[in-house]
Amino acid sequence: MLRFLALRVARACITVALVVTFAFIVLRLSGDPALIILSPDSPPEAIAAFRKSWGLDDPIWQQYLRYFLAIIRGDLGVSMRDGQSAIMLVAERIPATLQLTIPALLIKIGLGIPAGIYAALHRNSAIDRIVMIGAIVGFTMPSFVLGLLLVLIFAVILGWFPSGGQDTWMHAILPVLTLGVGGAAILARFTRSAMLEVLGQPYIRTASAKGVPWARVVRGHAFPNASIPVVTIVGFMVGSLFAGAVVVESLFAWPGVGRLLVSSVANRDLAVVQCILLLVSITMVVSNLTVDILYGYLDPRLRTGGHT
Amino acid sequence: MSLVEITGLTVAFDGVRVLHGIDLTIGKGEAVGLVGESGCGKSVTWLAALGLLPQKARIGGRVMMEGADLLTMPRSEIEKVRGARIAMIFQDPSSALNPIIRVGRQIEEAIALHRGLTGASVRAEAKRLLDLVGIPDASRRLDNYPHEFSGGQNQRVMIAMALAGNPDLLVADEPTTALDATIQAQILDLIVRLRNETGLALVFISHDLGAVSQVCERACVMYAGRIIESGPTAELFRQPRHPYTNGLFEALPRLDGPRRRFVPIEGTVPDPRHMPAGCAFSPRCRSARENCHHTQPALATLSGTRQIACLHPLSDSPASERQRDFAVA
Repeated sequence: MLRFLALRVARACITVALVVTFAFIVLRLSGDPALIILSPDSPPEAIAAFRKSWGLDDPIWQQYLRYFLAIIRGDLGVSMRDGQSAIMLVAERIPATLQLTIPALLIKIGLGIPAGIYAALHRNSAIDRIVMIGAIVGFTMPSFVLGLLLVLIFAVILGWFPSGGQDTWMHAILPVLTLGVGGAAILARFTRSAMLEVLGQPYIRTASAKGVPWARVVRGHAFPNASIPVVTIVGFMVGSLFAGAVVVESLFAWPGVGRLLVSSVANRDLAVVQCILLLVSITMVVSNLTVDILYGYLDPRLRTGGHT
Repeated sequence: MSLVEITGLTVAFDGVRVLHGIDLTIGKGEAVGLVGESGCGKSVTWLAALGLLPQKARIGGRVMMEGADLLTMPRSEIEKVRGARIAMIFQDPSSALNPIIRVGRQIEEAIALHRGLTGASVRAEAKRLLDLVGIPDASRRLDNYPHEFSGGQNQRVMIAMALAGNPDLLVADEPTTALDATIQAQILDLIVRLRNETGLALVFISHDLGAVSQVCERACVMYAGRIIESGPTAELFRQPRHPYTNGLFEALPRLDGPRRRFVPIEGTVPDPRHMPAGCAFSPRCRSARENCHHTQPALATLSGTRQIACLHPLSDSPASERQRDFAVA
């Protein structure tokens, strides 16, 4: 188990290092922060001074090395815009993002899994069809389309909820729905197909044949076996808690991590972007690792090491 | 005294009939073999009787047990029959056990359901059952998962689980087909021994004629969703009267006597969607005559305990030496 963990942590570190490297390359090759932050009309001396103070006039590999070593030391740098610590800038946005993503995750799990199980148990029923159509819509409709649709119906036409901002809990409802409904549909679809596969297995018939009541067969025998693909998808959803709302936050003017990412990329504010990407990749990696460990608990056949 | 009485049992999937009216009575403590090729309806008969077929199956007829019809019972009632009165074990034991639940818990679940035991006595009973079916080191093995057992051991676990509810009837659906030959013999011995010890009735579904003769007093041969011949195993095997039953024996390899070619039954089992008119076996039957192709023969008593559904039964089988091949119980 320890060996397994150590291996996975080592792989995770490599993943994070690659993410950081790619972000550096893409951001530095796609524009000069000095020109963007100061504007191209600034006096050449000012631009040169900005470049010198941020080390932008050094060869690119030196900049990369300096940056990479700083990250290893835990120094994520300061924003080029206002000199604030990048970590602080990101950290103060996290609660706002979680206000959207946690309720959305609860909707996905609380709605998606039961709907998927119900659909599998009542295959070809009206509810099954509704779940399947919903899943296709949820899969294919981009969140900005769904978000705009919800704004149109509930904010513009019905006027029930505000269309943007973060003043009251009412403001959170439309963005949370936008995030949650699509995810719930996806989860329902995966749960349904996993359940259908398991329900056709001989051991389900065995459980029925020994007299286990149907509700207990579903709860105690079928769902635990179907949970592996479901846990995988939920793991992805948990992994995107911090940054899964980039589009939705921009759409609803919600001051979270996602909007910070968009503005920082536009400004080529490398330190802030790196910081967000680190946060994202670390949450992803940690949630994947948790899922891998959970597999072993869910399915004894997947346990690594130990007994034969 | 009959335990289960099946009359006119029919099953159809999507409008296609696969079972055309099965009449079968199982007496208390009796061992009956159901023989036939894959798809002839041997398993479907018992899955239908216990309500274990998918919902789309259309089932007709009656399955009476102590005055109650299993087919019309509410689900909560039939769930009390399953495992407690009629238990069933299946072909591939390794996939018939839940892979993520310890075998002990799977056996204990059945004990708790049907015996009203709780706590430590459930565990003790599970251990006793594992001992009974011949799994060494039972108390430790209760904590293992199915993938930690061999196929033969898993079938023993299945049998232990089936016995957990003290059933009156065990339906064994090809219990040895997925196992290799030496293990098959062990499982058959176990089934015979348990039957002698507990007096439980047995339905043994198999296409292995040798296994049926070893375990059962009576056998029914099925073809294309019908019982076409039945009788005491010894008699049936010594002198099959239906051309299909005879064909099954002709197609068997022999251990003794001169080397000879197997005689296969020509043709294939008919597709249930395109059943031939008349006797379903007539297109493949070497003794078929004109009326076989348009008259469906009913299962009728031939003499005493033997029944046959054939318009032109074989009068005398040339296989009197066949006895030697089957150590008939």
